Amino acid sequence: MSRDLIFEIGTEEIPAKFMNRTLEQLREIANKVFLENRINFESLNTYGTPRRLVIYVKAMCEKQEDLETVLKGPSKKAAYDDSNNPTKALLGFAKGNGLDLKDIYIKELSGTEYVYGKKYVLGMATKEVLATLLPEILTSISFPKSMKWGNKTFKFVRPVRWLMPIFGEELIEFDKDKIPCSKFTRGHRVLSEGNIEINRAEDYFDRLRQEYVIVDQDERREIIKRQCEKIAKEINGALIEDEELLEEILYLVEYPTALIGSFEEEFLKLPKEAIITPMKEHQRYFPVENKEGNLLNKFIAVRNGDDRYIDTVRQGNEKVLRARLADAKFFYEEDKKTSLDTFVEKLKNVVFQETLGTIYDKTKNIMGNAAYLAEVLDLDKNSKIQLDRAAYLAKADLVTNMVKEFDELQGIMGREYAFVQGEAIEVANAIKEHYMPRNAGGELPASIIGSVLSISDRIDTISGCFSIGIQPTGSQDPYALRRQAISIINIIIDKELHINLRNLIKNAIAPFYNIGVVKGGLSKIIDDINEFFKQRLKNVLLDRNYDYDVIDSILKVGLTDIYDAFIRVKELSKWKSQEEFLSIALSFNRVSNLASKAEDSSFNAELMADDSEKVLFESYNDVSKMFGEAMDAKDYNNALKALMLMKTPIDNFFDNTMVMVDDEEIRKNRLAMLKTIENMMTRFADLSLIVVNK
Amino acid sequence: MTFQEIILTLQNYWAKQDCIIAQPYDVEKGAGTMSPYTFLKALGPEPWRVAYVEPSRRPADARYGENPNRVYQHHQFQVILKPSPDNIQDLYLGSLMALGVEPKKHDIRFVEDNWEAPTLGAWGLGWEVWLDGMEITQFTYFQQIGGFDCELESAELTYGLERIAMYIQEKDNVFDIEWVNGITYGDIFKMAEVEHSKYSFELADTDLLFKLFDSYEGEAKRVIEEGLVLPAYDYVLKCSHMFNVLDARGAISVTERTGFISRVRNLARMIAQGYLKQREEMGYPLKNKVMNNDKQVQGGI
Repeated sequence: MSRDLIFEIGTEEIPAKFMNRTLEQLREIANKVFLENRINFESLNTYGTPRRLVIYVKAMCEKQEDLETVLKGPSKKAAYDDSNNPTKALLGFAKGNGLDLKDIYIKELSGTEYVYGKKYVLGMATKEVLATLLPEILTSISFPKSMKWGNKTFKFVRPVRWLMPIFGEELIEFDKDKIPCSKFTRGHRVLSEGNIEINRAEDYFDRLRQEYVIVDQDERREIIKRQCEKIAKEINGALIEDEELLEEILYLVEYPTALIGSFEEEFLKLPKEAIITPMKEHQRYFPVENKEGNLLNKFIAVRNGDDRYIDTVRQGNEKVLRARLADAKFFYEEDKKTSLDTFVEKLKNVVFQETLGTIYDKTKNIMGNAAYLAEVLDLDKNSKIQLDRAAYLAKADLVTNMVKEFDELQGIMGREYAFVQGEAIEVANAIKEHYMPRNAGGELPASIIGSVLSISDRIDTISGCFSIGIQPTGSQDPYALRRQAISIINIIIDKELHINLRNLIKNAIAPFYNIGVVKGGLSKIIDDINEFFKQRLKNVLLDRNYDYDVIDSILKVGLTDIYDAFIRVKELSKWKSQEEFLSIALSFNRVSNLASKAEDSSFNAELMADDSEKVLFESYNDVSKMFGEAMDAKDYNNALKALMLMKTPIDNFFDNTMVMVDDEEIRKNRLAMLKTIENMMTRFADLSLIVVNK
Repeated sequence: MTFQEIILTLQNYWAKQDCIIAQPYDVEKGAGTMSPYTFLKALGPEPWRVAYVEPSRRPADARYGENPNRVYQHHQFQVILKPSPDNIQDLYLGSLMALGVEPKKHDIRFVEDNWEAPTLGAWGLGWEVWLDGMEITQFTYFQQIGGFDCELESAELTYGLERIAMYIQEKDNVFDIEWVNGITYGDIFKMAEVEHSKYSFELADTDLLFKLFDSYEGEAKRVIEEGLVLPAYDYVLKCSHMFNVLDARGAISVTERTGFISRVRNLARMIAQGYLKQREEMGYPLKNKVMNNDKQVQGGI
């Protein structure tokens, strides 16, 4: 025997961006609560609109499952007196747990006998249990931001105005802070009137559809998509799709009707992003383009309602967008009257971080980092000049009217204005590119100047924050330093840049040191940042599917050059797939084990007695030369080839020579030689960390 | 409907909902929230219902009367309902209907917008209300004021009167709004806009204003320590206005800015604390007066 359950939580408009997570959470909570309480059902789903959160359970059992629990009582000795009559202890145990004495039995537990009782709990009627469970579910939902209202005992994302729990045809009655709880719901805020009675759980979705509410978000999503595509097609255009925007609109409407509006063609002269941003971010409209991919002077809005009076709604929306675009146009024209150089001066009045100074200070730092990198990377003279100019102008657009109004346009307007005032296209592009990647996994800067600028900006932020003790901890990372470091790493790998990380950090910290804001020891901070990069690099490499042991073995020997570490990881990964390599990893493992016992690496060849010892030494002399040359040339394939030559001598040495002999001098000498071999190897990697599954 | 009729309509509507129709408070301020009818009355356990027009000065928004949408001084229609009634959203929609905006003929949305006023140590959750895509009202459930949790939560409705009038009268420029038949908004305020813009951006004597800020701050502190809440609060409002003018004039550097904000916030906190203490000592006289009508329109269900 089973019935469907509907539990609708009626609210005032819930922020759209919370909905996905909330519905997911609600599903998990409800599932867990019902199962923990032994209420079985066929399926459970959650639904939501701006004004309601809904749990729908199909075929929920009428009764909880029965429960049998075994309870342990006092020891047999304590439970019965000498005449085998129950003591007070046993009677108390039985009474306290509602057990009958005839249900008591004795069982041994680690040598002692105890009394036990089996308790059967008969499953209660589901409808009775629900009266406690449903309010519990209601108050277990958590939100990123919640509020108090009307003297309620719990917080919620927005006020809850009604509750509608129906089990089959029956109302589950309960009182939660006097919130109306009944078989009544409400339809669309303006298209439906009064309270709507739901007779049976199964009627809910269809009944609400009649009242202009499409409860199922997936159905709404399909409707919105279909309508938008149809409208766009009618004007021979195509919607510029945006999943995030669709997801938000989905939870702003209960009954979607798409409409198309237009604006004056003259606005199309604005930069594309300056038109799209107010449309999407401020008005939640979809932009439309033609078959050639050019933006049209149209937009698609999704109204919360049907198509009655849709012209009024269209005109209203057109008017709002027109005002916004007129603003944008005004800002654009105004901004163009001022040179970017003048805007740079204004950056002196914009704080970057209280202790670290203004954006103007940051600009100077970026220029310093860029100049340093230009030297290290040996850029040509022209690129150096362009880089310096781009670095100087990089942040200028932050004080333009346009970016103040639409901050998503930072970099994009900078590029536009630089171009307009006649800067080299390389300079203009680099200004835009220095914000790339704009998000995790986003597109990387294409040009070398843009790449260097992006690194220069990010290393400044990281070094500055670490200098004053703002480091990411757990989920706290207010300046997104982790992402900044990952971006640097990805750019370095993508552009194959050899940069000494420590020196880059040192150089970036210098300005903060000079103004005396650095907290704590300089070398400690540099170490910390280096370690921070090591962790991020490890994650980046794991994401790129390299084995963790290969990554560890390379990073263990230090991180000085990110790109170099990357190609060593790549090379070692190639070798690791070969059978013969794994055996040398084992050999080096043996070397490392003993080398750790060595006091130093200075040894005396004269003291060598065994043949295998001498052979190993000769082999080392040959290999170290080849290996060293290959390493210097960053020819890691040959470096590893050279190391391979040592396999037989090492194995022979261990087979024939006893290292830990009593003679202290000889023992030390042999350990020192192993240490020397280890030192050579660790120029490339700590091969002893390679996991050999044999 | 003229601008004046819009005000009268809203006043009548909210008067019927048992709101006191208050008059604008006579000290310069940036928003209706800063009136003591909101800032102070939203604190503590006493119920309160009020509606008033508040001319609000924002020197940084001044545009010499040349921008069709931005002005030095605009008018907010402010409603406080404490505690917030269950049918508050319906009441709000009712007020739009009174203005002749029939919800069925439009697209009305409540879009998340959380309100925060750092100088007042205040925040709340709510929405901006959209009428066919245009923001016409800020709707907030206060959670904290002056750094103190709101014991009895208020709902605050702030109507942007110029926006609503432009919509109803179908005007593209704020100065074309008809205040009464034959007299435009521009006739009344254009010159004031020009003068205040010139003053805020070009003429304000920054040395004097900095001194005034310090003096007002000192006086606010001295007076609140004597236990006088309202006189002290007037000086906090004056501080806030001085700050706004100096800010528009570009006289406050980045580093100073946060300092000034926290100075005003500290004052606001002292006032809030003083007010709460005073009301407690008075035994919360408004607590048992019925402002919260029992004849609430059905909140449904």
